Amino acid sequence: MNRQRLILHSMTKVVSFIILSFSIFLFFAGHNEPGGGFIGGLMTASALLLLYVSFDIQTIRRVIPFDYVKMIAVGLLLAIGTGLIGMLFGLPFLTQFDDYFQLPILGETHLATALPFDLGIYLVVIGVALLVILTIAEDDS
Amino acid sequence: MSLLHLVVLAPFLLAILIPFLYKKFRHIHTGWFVLGLPLVLFIYFLTFLPEISGGGAVQETVPWIPSLGIDFTVFVDGLGLLFALLITGIGTLVVLYSIYYIANKKDEPLNNFYVYLLMFMGAMLGVVLSDNLMVVYVFWETTSLASMLLIGYWFHKERSRYGAQKSMLITVFGGFSMLAGFTLLYVMTETFSIREIIAQTDVIASHELFLPAMLLILLGAFTKSAQFPFHIWLPDAMEAPTPVSAYLHSATMVKAGIYLVARMTPVFGGEPQWFWLLSGFGIFTLLWGSVSAVRQKDLKAILAFSTISQLGMIMTLLGLGSAAVHFDLANGETLYTTAILAAVFHLINHATFKGSLFMVVGIVDHETGTRDIRNLGGLMTLMPITATAALIGTFSMAGLPPFNGFLSKEMFFTGVLNATTLDLFNMQTWGLIFPVIAWIASIFTFAYCMIMFFKTFTGKHQPEKLKKQAHEAPMGMLIGPVILASLVVVFGLFPNVLSYSIIEPVMRSILPSLVSDGGEFYVNIYHWHGPNTELMMTIGVVIFGSLVYLNLKRWQEAAFFLKERDPLNWLYDNSLVWLIDGATWVNDLQLTGRLRDYMAYMFVFFAGFMAWGLFYFDAIAIDLENTAPISTYIFVLVAVLILATISIPFINHRITAIIVVGVIGFLLALLFVVFRAPDLALTQLLVETVMVVMFLLVFYHLPELKKESFKPTMKISNLAISIAVGVFASLTALSAHAFSYENPVDAISNYFIENAYTLAGGNNMVNVILVDFRGLDTLLEVLVLAIAALGIVVLVKYTAKGRENL
Repeated sequence: MNRQRLILHSMTKVVSFIILSFSIFLFFAGHNEPGGGFIGGLMTASALLLLYVSFDIQTIRRVIPFDYVKMIAVGLLLAIGTGLIGMLFGLPFLTQFDDYFQLPILGETHLATALPFDLGIYLVVIGVALLVILTIAEDDS
Repeated sequence: MSLLHLVVLAPFLLAILIPFLYKKFRHIHTGWFVLGLPLVLFIYFLTFLPEISGGGAVQETVPWIPSLGIDFTVFVDGLGLLFALLITGIGTLVVLYSIYYIANKKDEPLNNFYVYLLMFMGAMLGVVLSDNLMVVYVFWETTSLASMLLIGYWFHKERSRYGAQKSMLITVFGGFSMLAGFTLLYVMTETFSIREIIAQTDVIASHELFLPAMLLILLGAFTKSAQFPFHIWLPDAMEAPTPVSAYLHSATMVKAGIYLVARMTPVFGGEPQWFWLLSGFGIFTLLWGSVSAVRQKDLKAILAFSTISQLGMIMTLLGLGSAAVHFDLANGETLYTTAILAAVFHLINHATFKGSLFMVVGIVDHETGTRDIRNLGGLMTLMPITATAALIGTFSMAGLPPFNGFLSKEMFFTGVLNATTLDLFNMQTWGLIFPVIAWIASIFTFAYCMIMFFKTFTGKHQPEKLKKQAHEAPMGMLIGPVILASLVVVFGLFPNVLSYSIIEPVMRSILPSLVSDGGEFYVNIYHWHGPNTELMMTIGVVIFGSLVYLNLKRWQEAAFFLKERDPLNWLYDNSLVWLIDGATWVNDLQLTGRLRDYMAYMFVFFAGFMAWGLFYFDAIAIDLENTAPISTYIFVLVAVLILATISIPFINHRITAIIVVGVIGFLLALLFVVFRAPDLALTQLLVETVMVVMFLLVFYHLPELKKESFKPTMKISNLAISIAVGVFASLTALSAHAFSYENPVDAISNYFIENAYTLAGGNNMVNVILVDFRGLDTLLEVLVLAIAALGIVVLVKYTAKGRENL
């Protein structure tokens, strides 16, 4: 391991966590500030990409053992499932609800069904971006 | 559903059973199961005779598609009954004949044959007995289809397939025209019922669609009835089995056009166009067919051209007779109605003698193995019964007494001579051509009739040229021609059995406006008219016809006689070739297989369409008054953007090109920032980053860009197309902008601005729209992403194994 890799690895370890945190911030900020599932997802994907670029693929596969195909499926199901909630109460597909709740630690919190919907999008975007890039990168034919 | 409907549909119902009977009773000839049906139908139709000859008509209606005015109405009047009797009567004889003709039960697909034949019989009954034009059309096309199937019965023969295709193309072409004509009639009268259309004749005659409707319907009638120049399919249809030729191509199907013309005479008759088209084409067909028949060496080809010629004669008579509609005649005036009388009478006569002649030819073919008149001869002593039937048939066809052909020929001459005395439709100047052409055509008719009989049955027998030992046919085969030949004689000797029983009701159907209630046409057919012009013409025909026949040897070497095929076939065959070549040429011209050509088409269309819209609607408007102030850094941004864009076509390295494209993407993100779209700017930045990474990954595998050398013309046309698309897209955008100030529309965004927080509980309006107001779009876009990703996985991972197969 030469010095160049060492610096890269150290920097990556620090930076990827900052990016990840920022992406989660973007994801949660979406309802009131710029951000949201799409941007958050892309940002998370770039953090993971950074990990893949600086370390080799096998290492990251071992450390983060995600199956991105399943992640896409879960994301889609989540988004569709959120839409179906409304239908249980006889409302149109994709009716969104929001209300204020008193939660133990966070205090009064504004919760909306838009959040799980956005989470679905978030997961799909991460899955798509990484799946595509890794598939092409690993193809050695 | 009345009994009459069942009668029309009975052949179809029996046709369903035929394959089962064929499989179950292999040792019995399938024809025997069929034979009963036409016979029963014939007897059933005979029971209508008293009612119809009394001037009545029978009508039964079953709704089919009432919302479109299409009902299955069976209407039996004189004309319909005559045809129904011909179809079932000759049908019975043909089925009986075919049982012996196609005697080989093992090798022949008899089930096919009888299914097609029954299908044809039912369709033909439907054509002549339906009152609704759409139903007529449906049955009409079914006859075309059944005829095609029957011509191609021996589908292993190339000539059969050729003939079947030819007849199909020509008759269906006519059928479609006829459909268009029927539709025009509906447009004019708002009904499909022939009865009701006839009642509105005065509306039609003055309507501007009169001529198109008439031409289209005549096209259908002329193609079906083999009138010049559409007759060329009939000689090639002789590849069909002989019973089929006898039934379809002499007695029934080719008369469907005649039927249609007769049926439509009350609608279109009395107008000069109808008169001239019918009699003009008819008389020319008569001449063309009879002259062509003399050149033929094949007996069936002679009969085919003879049929064409006789159909032309009937068509001429119907045309001449339609002039009668022009005059509102008092009852008993026969000068003009003679032509219609002759047409109806000859229609019956032709069906009898032509049917018997075809059967005779079939027998000769069956018993000797050839139909070529150059190989035949001296069969009279070997086949006495066949020869007798042939003698009666040919002499009747030639128009000799005492057979029925003589009577109809005399009446034909009377009709054309009467035509010269007509003082309408320019007949004063052109009328004389009718008797002259008719007379010349009759000479040739006489000649080919003599050739047919004498070359086959007299002269020297040449057994060495025949494939089989010639002998008399079995009884079953002879029944058909013998019955028909005796009808020829009976109708010849006692023509008046037909006069008031069937001919007069038919004339009523064709000329309903000329007979008052209770009145009737005067029909009297007799042999001796005294020494008048017609008799002189017949004597002339016999003399000159004999001269033509006796001098045949001298002419046989002439080029005219050596060319058997109709010269029009050359045109037909080549136009098919030209059609295919032309289509291939057009195809090759536009479908080059090069993606850049297709892109060019699309962009040219795109630019052209926008240009057309802008200029046609005079929509170019540039209004710069309502623009927002433009700050300096926007100018800088746009300048860099333009510079980067222009540089791309000049870059020869992939990686450089990707990076420059990335630069454009980041500049766009900056533009979003300037225009206050933080979400878009963020997304654009991230997407661009991921895209550049992906491009680099993909293009890492690809070779260096080749230095492509384009032709200068290609470069210029590409440049021109690009500039055109750019210019017109910009013009469209600018014009849309200008017009949006002229016709302001309330933006929906106001609603979102007001309700984003109250309804959806969010302050980020873009995100609220994405996940709440328009959540379905987002859901489906994410689905698009997922499918794209899975597609890439499949492409990369799962095609590698099967790559050899690609």
